[in-house]
Amino acid sequence: MKWFINLGANTLNRLEMFGRATFMLFGAIVAKPQPLKMIPLTIKQIHVVGVQSLLIIVVSGLFIGMVMALQGYTILVDYGAEGSLGPMVALSLLRELGPVVTALLFAGRAGSALTAEIGLMKATEQLSSLEMMAVDPLRRVIAPRLWAGIISMPMLALIFSAVGILGGHLVGVDWLGVDSGSYWSIMQATVDWNKDVVNGIIKSIVFAFVITWIATFKGYDSIPTSEGISKATTETVVFSSLAVLGLDFILTALMFGIE
Amino acid sequence: MENLIEISNLTFSRGGRIIYDDISLQIQKGKTTAIMGPSGIGKTTMLRLMGGQLIPDKGDIKFKGESIPNMRRNRLFEVRRQMSMLFQSGALFTDMSVFDNIAFPLREHTKLSESIIHTIVLLKLQAVGLRGAADLMPAELSGGMARRAALARAIALDPELIMYDEPFAGQDPISMGVLVKLIKALNDALQLTSVVVTHDVNEVLTIADYIYILAEKRVIGSGTPEQIKNSDSPLVQQFLQGKADGPVPFHYPANSTAQAFLGSAS
Repeated sequence: MKWFINLGANTLNRLEMFGRATFMLFGAIVAKPQPLKMIPLTIKQIHVVGVQSLLIIVVSGLFIGMVMALQGYTILVDYGAEGSLGPMVALSLLRELGPVVTALLFAGRAGSALTAEIGLMKATEQLSSLEMMAVDPLRRVIAPRLWAGIISMPMLALIFSAVGILGGHLVGVDWLGVDSGSYWSIMQATVDWNKDVVNGIIKSIVFAFVITWIATFKGYDSIPTSEGISKATTETVVFSSLAVLGLDFILTALMFGIE
Repeated sequence: MENLIEISNLTFSRGGRIIYDDISLQIQKGKTTAIMGPSGIGKTTMLRLMGGQLIPDKGDIKFKGESIPNMRRNRLFEVRRQMSMLFQSGALFTDMSVFDNIAFPLREHTKLSESIIHTIVLLKLQAVGLRGAADLMPAELSGGMARRAALARAIALDPELIMYDEPFAGQDPISMGVLVKLIKALNDALQLTSVVVTHDVNEVLTIADYIYILAEKRVIGSGTPEQIKNSDSPLVQQFLQGKADGPVPFHYPANSTAQAFLGSAS
């Protein structure tokens, strides 16, 4: 009986939290947008969450591309199919690894920072003081960060894939001796704009939305103590990683599952 | 005398705990009103109620005759431009310089040119004695300076009402003296109405025109500093003289010592 009560209480709490999160999202994005004030704030946040994440994205992309070329080559060469290394690397990156790994890195690098920043703003009464100055913190603090995340993450994912393909070239062509012409030409022939590139971008937009939503909400909803903020930051990374992996399966099934 | 804020029969509870039970108080226009009481009885909550950040369970809060809890959000935001609040931590925006912090409400709510904003900000900083610190970041300020900078921001839009949340807490004697002088001077010079929430008895007795003492969910004493000092309520006297034991007991409510120490035996 006890577990049944707990189950009910937990479900209600989750639903309530989801309600608060939706409420925050509407207040930040839907209600009365003020583009003139928003744009400079958003650009500043794009610098913080996007530009400052470039290094980790480029380095990870490079290494993942290199590892994939190495692994792919050792398998493909047995069948004399090492010419297909280009499309293998490109398709894996564009369809899956680009959006997913970028999202996971983004959640760790930018999402946690967003939660901690907003949580601390709450703890130091900055959000309250905005409210008392008749400035809506949802529009002033939350909305620019949401937009910045949604705009910058898909770009980061594309950069990740591009650097990864170059990394694959570095290992596959320059080191292991795959023919450069076939690396590029078979890739060009195989990769489809709509099916592969656009689907990858759609995925990363969805991930970006979910991660920034979770990150900003967790900060906004955190208990304003050091313990509460640390818990909120952890939850941001855990929840957004799980959400990304779960959504990735659903999106993949929708995009590629049913022909 | 006209009342700027009138609180009538207010009841407020949070997390199932009643914080205020049917209390009423008035804030007179142009005066400094102090709200005092022991820690943890929700003095800050009172300011948040006045600012419309919290909604009471029962009762009403009127600002210039208009009910704050019943206001629509847009109207509430308009009314808030006439009031400002000095938070305990100062609540300066940590990503902006002192100058930009004080310019912030002006840039948000007025269409003044940058050169006028520049002049106003320097005037406000001059008033709190921090004109030389305009280019510092909040992290570079001492606690007392941060509170003065926050005070400059609070008066940037020339509000009618300013609410101080524990302005003296954690200040050294010099900063405390500076703040007392500032609050008094601002009140006289700008014809402000001030509400000071605090538990620093001596400071308050020198600046307040009227004092409310809150305890046990209600107002236990009110009057001018003179009346409060001569109050015959034991609770008020315990608070003023800082006695450890009295009507407010030293011990947090607990079961009897015999039960606690000999629990298993008895």
